[in-house]
Amino acid sequence: MTLTIASLLNLQQQAEPPARPKLPESPLFWMPRPSSTLAPHIDWLFDVMVWISAICAVGILGAMIVFCMKYRAVSREANEVPEPSSDHNTTLEITWSVIPLIVVIALFVWGFKGFVDIKTVPKDSIEIHATGQKWKWLFQYPNGLVDDTLHVPVDTNVRIVINAVDVLHALYIPNFRVKMDAVPGRYTDLWFRATETGTFPIECAEYCGTSHSDMLANAIVHPPGGYEQYLEKAEEKIKLLPPVERGKLVAEKQGCLVCHTVDGTPKIGPTWKGLFGKQEVTSSGSVTVDENYLTESILDPQAKLVTGFPPSMPTFKGKLKDYHIQGLIEYIKSLK
Amino acid sequence: MAAPSTTADAVLPPSSSAEDNYLTHDKGILSWILTLDHKRIGVMYLFSVMTAFALGGLFALLIRTELLTPGKTIVDHDTYNQLFTLHGAIMVFLVIIPGIPAALGNIALPLQLGAKDVAFPRLNLFSYHLWVLGACFFMTSLIISAADTGWTFYTPYSTSTETAVIPAAFGAFILGFSSIFTGLNFLVTIHKLRPPGMTWFRLPLFIWALYATALIQVLATPVIGITLLMLIVERVFGLGIFDPSLGGDPVLFQHFFWFYSHPAVYIMVVPGFGVISELIPVFSRKRIFGYKFIALSSVAIAILGFLVWGHHMFTSGQSLLAGTIFSAITFLIAIPTAIKTFNWTSTMYKAKIHLDTPMLYALAFLWVFTIGGVTGIFLAVMSTDIHLHDTYFVVAHFHYVMMGGAITAFFGGLHYWWPKAFGRMYDEKWGRFGAVLVFVGLNVTFFPQFIMGTRGMPRRYYNYLEEFQSLHQLSSIGAYILGAGFLLTAVMLLSTLRRKPDAPANPWGATTLEWMTSSPPPYYNFRETPVVDRGPYDGYENLVYDKKTRGYVEKKATG
Repeated sequence: MTLTIASLLNLQQQAEPPARPKLPESPLFWMPRPSSTLAPHIDWLFDVMVWISAICAVGILGAMIVFCMKYRAVSREANEVPEPSSDHNTTLEITWSVIPLIVVIALFVWGFKGFVDIKTVPKDSIEIHATGQKWKWLFQYPNGLVDDTLHVPVDTNVRIVINAVDVLHALYIPNFRVKMDAVPGRYTDLWFRATETGTFPIECAEYCGTSHSDMLANAIVHPPGGYEQYLEKAEEKIKLLPPVERGKLVAEKQGCLVCHTVDGTPKIGPTWKGLFGKQEVTSSGSVTVDENYLTESILDPQAKLVTGFPPSMPTFKGKLKDYHIQGLIEYIKSLK
Repeated sequence: MAAPSTTADAVLPPSSSAEDNYLTHDKGILSWILTLDHKRIGVMYLFSVMTAFALGGLFALLIRTELLTPGKTIVDHDTYNQLFTLHGAIMVFLVIIPGIPAALGNIALPLQLGAKDVAFPRLNLFSYHLWVLGACFFMTSLIISAADTGWTFYTPYSTSTETAVIPAAFGAFILGFSSIFTGLNFLVTIHKLRPPGMTWFRLPLFIWALYATALIQVLATPVIGITLLMLIVERVFGLGIFDPSLGGDPVLFQHFFWFYSHPAVYIMVVPGFGVISELIPVFSRKRIFGYKFIALSSVAIAILGFLVWGHHMFTSGQSLLAGTIFSAITFLIAIPTAIKTFNWTSTMYKAKIHLDTPMLYALAFLWVFTIGGVTGIFLAVMSTDIHLHDTYFVVAHFHYVMMGGAITAFFGGLHYWWPKAFGRMYDEKWGRFGAVLVFVGLNVTFFPQFIMGTRGMPRRYYNYLEEFQSLHQLSSIGAYILGAGFLLTAVMLLSTLRRKPDAPANPWGATTLEWMTSSPPPYYNFRETPVVDRGPYDGYENLVYDKKTRGYVEKKATG
């Protein structure tokens, strides 16, 4: 517990929260802006239930208020005895059992239909892989490009194949009304068809530790043609960058900087500042940090784990291309 | 616990006055710690549970204070995660599960049965000592490095985090046994210790509710015990059960966990139904409407509650078929719950309603529980649950049910039985004021959370999107009102213990057996075993209010 009186009094000296995505303006009171083909059904069913709930809540409240006013006892001294009334009525009991039963059966059937739609991925969907890791989402596109932002085309069926590398996460896009757990060791999926262009927040909905609430991303819905253009440009751009800058970009996009700092403070992993050329004590003896050790640690992080740090890092084998790793090494070298 | 200091009554014969009662029968700290008296065990449970409630409540206020701003307000990320874990774990395992059954139930159940004690008094004491031991393990975790897994202990986070998960999980494991023993004890007591003439349908509805609860406690709790033990084994020995990096399956943990924890929701709320079923007829001066439907619906809820655990996992990747079956059965639970609500409301029709504090809590329960109940439907509908799952909508829903259902019922019952348990009347004016504060605070705290949830605010978030700030602040203000209401009530109730006993045997004019003996009851509860020849809510018209004692007496006695 780091709570102190001083910290309570220092309310105004709060750290600025990281820049956060913004939910687009919604025309609805309850729900966020509906921006996928799944939203109208869910919002409609939600509204039906809001009305049913309001009727129940107002009905019970109304009956309570009326009864309390009409039948309130004057005082205990008065010893009032209620006028005789029945204490059971089977017809009434059956009526108020059967009516709710019919209502919930109808709701179940509608909910089931909607759920089948949510679960049935259209065959013509494009596929994007999403990986949840502490505390960043990575999206891999059909051409192999990896980005921390989800780019999708408008009016196109998109299937997101989801997995996690460390603990449970859940991919949640409120505007599309979709959510699915990311489970380590298995694949799950979800699909949607965005109905409008724009930027929509993605949140992690399954608790995953320290920075769970910062595990945010943006989903950018491109107008026709924009998605293909983005894919081509993004990879081309990375390849043409000078190695240090390429490494810096890869470090940001791949989530390296979630655990490694570049300013000398150790976090989940060792800082990169002054790391190159340093002598480190590892799980298999002392090593000098050089190109070979860095490459090995990226591809097989637990092989020579620096003492004092948890074995949290996932392997990047198959996720990074050679020119990505080369860029990373040059970037680490540059941090003196 | 300060026993009243009466030096003279030690020489009086036990039956000559109400002053020789279970509170004064024995003296000294050991006479409490080693007591076999169900009332004393109930009182110890009550004060222990209330202490835990204060601690869990303090954590809740810290959480709400942190959430005043979207970034850091008073604590850092990790502390916040520990705070909500402790808040949840303490409130669930230390407060709500033992709250009504072990505290109020221990005090009232044998009295309502006209019995001298529960069937197994030693087991009862052991169950309390286990509670204390479990609480110690929780505190150990708090001191070493409080667990940050959420009260759900989901794997593989709980097997990989560096915080002290093992003491917390082991604490919950021990508390499970405490709960099982209480349940077992109550089952046997209700079966074997009913007085002559008390048939099953002459049982007070509180007993029916405790019976249904005890069934769940005995049948479901062993599963969480084994699950938590497996979690500990996985952490200590690296045996792969739930952790995929060891070849385990994290979703299996969720199945095991909810196989207990969904029925546990009914361990928490069904006793509340029982309390409300006592309060409404007594303060309406009228027999309860639909006795049999209320009694049997408790049992129906207990049974159906075992078959719905998968509705917590619609987004976990479980199959469409499994989800569909779990959703369908979940809807069925809505029916017995609706039946109860309608019956309670109908009881007030053509009644003579006294709005004392317990009745105010009962009315608050009816409204708040209705909201909690209908919002459960949104989560049972599979397509809307996908959007609402793991958002503040869920947080609001279960706080309306747990806080608004279980805790308001607990406080209603606490005020109702307070004169019986301690022989002192509480202050009606402050009691009502506390009840109103709790009702207002509850709605101001949790209603905005429904709106945040539907708009896409995930639960367990330390930082949040800026557009949610005003709703979060409103919710925090509600939490402070709620805190003030509980604090005021606690101070008011505790201050009555400084006074001399002044409560009549039957202040509310109730007809269940606990009111047929003095307040507080003698050590052996009843001077002679009562014989029952009527239902639990019959005969209000035979009681009249006696101004002098401020209690009710038999009509013929005054005439």
